[in-house]
Amino acid sequence: MELLIFYPVAGLCVALALGVIFNNSPVGSAISLIGMMLGLAAIFVLQQAHFIAILQIIIYAGAIMVLFMFVIMLLNLKQGDDKGWASRDQNLLLSVLTGFLTLGVLYKIAEVLFSVDMNTPATLPDTFGTVAVIGETLFTDFVLPFEVASILLLAAMVGAVVLAKNKLD
Amino acid sequence: MWVDLIITLVKIFFILAITVGFFAPVLTWVERKQSALMQDRIGANRADIMGFTALGLFHIIADALKMFTKEDFIPDGANKVLHTLSPIIALVPALVTFAVVPFGGQYTLFDKEVNLVISDLDVGLLFVFAIASLATYGYVIAGWSSNNNWSLLGSMRTASQMISYEVTMGLTIIGVLMVYGTMKLTEIGAAQEDFLRWGFFLQPLGFFMFLTASIAENKRIPFDAPEAESELVAGYFTEYSGLKFGMFFMAEFVEMVTIGAIMTILFFGAWHIPFLTTATLLSWFDFLGTTGSNLVVMLIHVGVFFAKVVFFIYLQMIIRWTLPRFRYDQIMKLGWKILLPLSLANIFVTGLVILALN
Repeated sequence: MELLIFYPVAGLCVALALGVIFNNSPVGSAISLIGMMLGLAAIFVLQQAHFIAILQIIIYAGAIMVLFMFVIMLLNLKQGDDKGWASRDQNLLLSVLTGFLTLGVLYKIAEVLFSVDMNTPATLPDTFGTVAVIGETLFTDFVLPFEVASILLLAAMVGAVVLAKNKLD
Repeated sequence: MWVDLIITLVKIFFILAITVGFFAPVLTWVERKQSALMQDRIGANRADIMGFTALGLFHIIADALKMFTKEDFIPDGANKVLHTLSPIIALVPALVTFAVVPFGGQYTLFDKEVNLVISDLDVGLLFVFAIASLATYGYVIAGWSSNNNWSLLGSMRTASQMISYEVTMGLTIIGVLMVYGTMKLTEIGAAQEDFLRWGFFLQPLGFFMFLTASIAENKRIPFDAPEAESELVAGYFTEYSGLKFGMFFMAEFVEMVTIGAIMTILFFGAWHIPFLTTATLLSWFDFLGTTGSNLVVMLIHVGVFFAKVVFFIYLQMIIRWTLPRFRYDQIMKLGWKILLPLSLANIFVTGLVILALN
């Protein structure tokens, strides 16, 4: 039953992710990205992580991508303004760094994959993924990382305001 | 298993019937009559079938027929796929919200617990908020794909307005969440059985801010800068005709119902009658047996719930025909400089009060 939902959604996600890269128009890419994020939210729901799924929609699909769309439309980027990935200036350092980062992520995924016993299904408590449980975990076991992350976000916000203000003055 | 499936299907059918089948078409008529009433006119009364006009109610049928038969026009240079898709993206969120909206409490019918909500999600309140924020895309993409500068300006205004007021909306929801300590809409509704625990009394500021933010989200006057007729022809839906235009139109009316339903659940006691607990109500109809009394109480509660929804819809109509359109900069100022600090202060004060009471 779960697989019946998982495979179409996962396939759609991959197709849309490819759409983000290969679409010629920026708006098309943005819309593909939104679709992919909704697909990811569906996969989170399948994993019983309702709260994460909703956050995925609110933050990425609902807030960040609306701003993306807004900026794309404000600049009114048209199809063909961009010459595609092939002719772009290639920053060697950035490429190498990205390559290493990707390798690192892949290594982590492989590590998890091989450490998990696939034959025994995981058992979850009834309260798994509920808002109350996540909130409790965040504010007890992970309170320091949580606060550090909020300060980082705050600093980024202040930085954005300062940068924008400098240009206005 | 099968019984549950049938019950869920019945609930979905009921919600679709009452929103798309009843409220959306009837509201087109009510809006005309209400505007006529407030401007001392007679209003729509010309459509007749064999001489009967039925107070102009046949205009609903005439409107529907007109929309179905009009040419579906796609302008030159428009993005055909997105132009067709965007009315759907605009309409669907308004309907999907109802998946978590309870229109009654829990009742025991034929030894079976029936919960009058399609899906009682643990994150119900956030779900409403998430889906509401998705509606933005319908309007933004509509304007962009039309290849028309008026439309593009309209959708830019839509995007900025909806982003701005979503912030207030989200922060107001947090106040409600703090007071009731749950995100399940059914539990928030059930917590308001006591008249003095209605959201309106616990979050008075939140009530007004939520109402303002949701009218702004729905882009109705006084927040209709995105479709300002005197400046932008018709804003983001300038290039739409026929049924696609009808879907934008319908989305607005369905959203009015959605706003009414959410306001009722968060602030106006959901399905409860003031000073009358469900237990008392059940005891009045005790002579009908368990199923009978539960059935009667269920009908009363659903009736009360929709009566409150109708009240909020009427309130939105009165606001629409009373206030003039705000200027674009006024809308932004209200959103960021007045409502945002107020909603943050609301959270702070709510927290202090909760702390003091504990």
